[in-house]
Amino acid sequence: MDERRTTGSGGEAIPDIIEATALKKTFGDVTAVNGITFAVKKGEVFGFLGPNGAGKTSTMKIIACVSPRTSGTLRVFGLDPDISPAEIKQRLGVVPQETNLDPDFTCYGNLFTYSRYFDMPPDVAHKKAEELLEFVQLEEKRDVTIEKLSGGMKRRLILARALVNNPDLLILDEPTIGLDPQARHLIWDRLKLLQTQGNTIVLTTHYLDEAARLCDRLVIMDNGNILVEGSPAELVKEYVGTEIVEVSTSDDVVTCLQRENIPFEVIGDTIQVATESSREVARILFDNCTPQNVMTRPATLEDVFLKLAGRKLRE
Amino acid sequence: MQQFWSVPKITRRAWKVWYRNLTVFFRTWKVNFFPPLIEAFLYLFAIGLGIGSYVREISGIPYVNFIAPAILAISVMNSAFFECTYGSYVRMYYQKSFDAMIATPLSIEDVIAGELLWGATRSMLYVVIMLPVLVAFGVISLPLSFFAIPLAFLGGLMFAGIAMCFTAITPSIDTLNYPSFLLITPMALFSGTFFPITLLPIVFQYIALALLPLTHLVAIMRMLTLPALSGVLVLHLIWILVVTAIFCIISINLMRRRLII
Repeated sequence: MDERRTTGSGGEAIPDIIEATALKKTFGDVTAVNGITFAVKKGEVFGFLGPNGAGKTSTMKIIACVSPRTSGTLRVFGLDPDISPAEIKQRLGVVPQETNLDPDFTCYGNLFTYSRYFDMPPDVAHKKAEELLEFVQLEEKRDVTIEKLSGGMKRRLILARALVNNPDLLILDEPTIGLDPQARHLIWDRLKLLQTQGNTIVLTTHYLDEAARLCDRLVIMDNGNILVEGSPAELVKEYVGTEIVEVSTSDDVVTCLQRENIPFEVIGDTIQVATESSREVARILFDNCTPQNVMTRPATLEDVFLKLAGRKLRE
Repeated sequence: MQQFWSVPKITRRAWKVWYRNLTVFFRTWKVNFFPPLIEAFLYLFAIGLGIGSYVREISGIPYVNFIAPAILAISVMNSAFFECTYGSYVRMYYQKSFDAMIATPLSIEDVIAGELLWGATRSMLYVVIMLPVLVAFGVISLPLSFFAIPLAFLGGLMFAGIAMCFTAITPSIDTLNYPSFLLITPMALFSGTFFPITLLPIVFQYIALALLPLTHLVAIMRMLTLPALSGVLVLHLIWILVVTAIFCIISINLMRRRLII
């Protein structure tokens, strides 16, 4: 694999892996992606977060050259998906949201057959299939048909399938959806390994711990728009603060916090105070407000997400 | 409208889809090789020998020999049509195989072209399996009957294209029953298969010749197996070529419209 640096030997800037400007996708009257602009650098893990229907999957499909954009410009590896889809797809690995393994083949057969779509010679495809079965710990299931696999095994096999062509860019749409903790951790572990090997990864998720754990940078999307962009830590710091103090809701505490001029948010039976110093807030609470059940915790991406995307349920 | 007629850009990669289906076919060869064998025997005994013992001859041709090419032609029609309706629909809708394929350098045009080529190949394989049975019963003549094999590929491609058009517009797998019963079954009976179309009222003869693809396939097949070659063969062949091209092109464009959104 060519190890390109952010600046080439001549000092010229190497183009980003993905460059999207005013990218838009409409289905009839519905706007799925509403003119978003973003860039993904080589070697980074870039996340798309957002509630259901935010436009994440549509964006992934446009990048993967399987759904044409309505307007805007898009370059993947410097190529236009409308003009050179086959050249781009030759260098992509895609983990779709929906499991679409081939039920007519075994685990090995799935990997081998898929390699052939990339024009890989049979001996290379064979070697790669064996190697990847080991990578996702499915050697024992080598000759088992797809229907006999558990959900977690299927996701692992799909990840393996996305890697058959040594992709320069890996696109993962909800890679760990519906998996148990063990299976999620195995997938995360493999993705971390790929990341350290210098792979560029774009993923969507609505598991915020997953995003915080994996992503170098991410965007939060809602209703087809990008709300914010940054590293997980930056976003938490900028939009929430470093810590959260949670205290049981009571009229006393509410009036007390208002009196002390501390901004807070009431969520059901809990009051949340986002702060740089939980110690300070806790002290004020204990000294002046007679609170019950005070708890402090570090702020997370989930707080940012709920703050920006709101708490209303999405369908 | 123009999008239905534009000639799709197909690459050599279509053969990879074809090869995938071929692999699955041979991996489950036992279930795939039996039906055409059984079908050949059933038709020969039930209709050929059963009805044939009353009919005996049609225009001086033994009845079994008369229907032998029809058995081949109907098999060509059925195998390609059902492969590219129910078979392709299952791969497209339930198995999501097309989605998985177009994430690779394959385009949707390549995928559908591969499916069509596979439908045609399946028809050809069925004829290859049935020919020895018919030869053994002495109801078709050699060596001209060997041309039934390439003809099966062409005829198969025609029915694959027609089938794929239905697959591209069907709202669900159940509605594929309509073309099966309203088009395929009548065609198997009224295309000069088990009796000459000259027995039909003159209007229906024209309709059969103008609109029923199987009529032309049976006619050529019969010229080869009797044998009874004539210049009309060229007209039948041109009809099939034109219709094949039209339906294959439209089916790919319809499929593109359905799947690329």
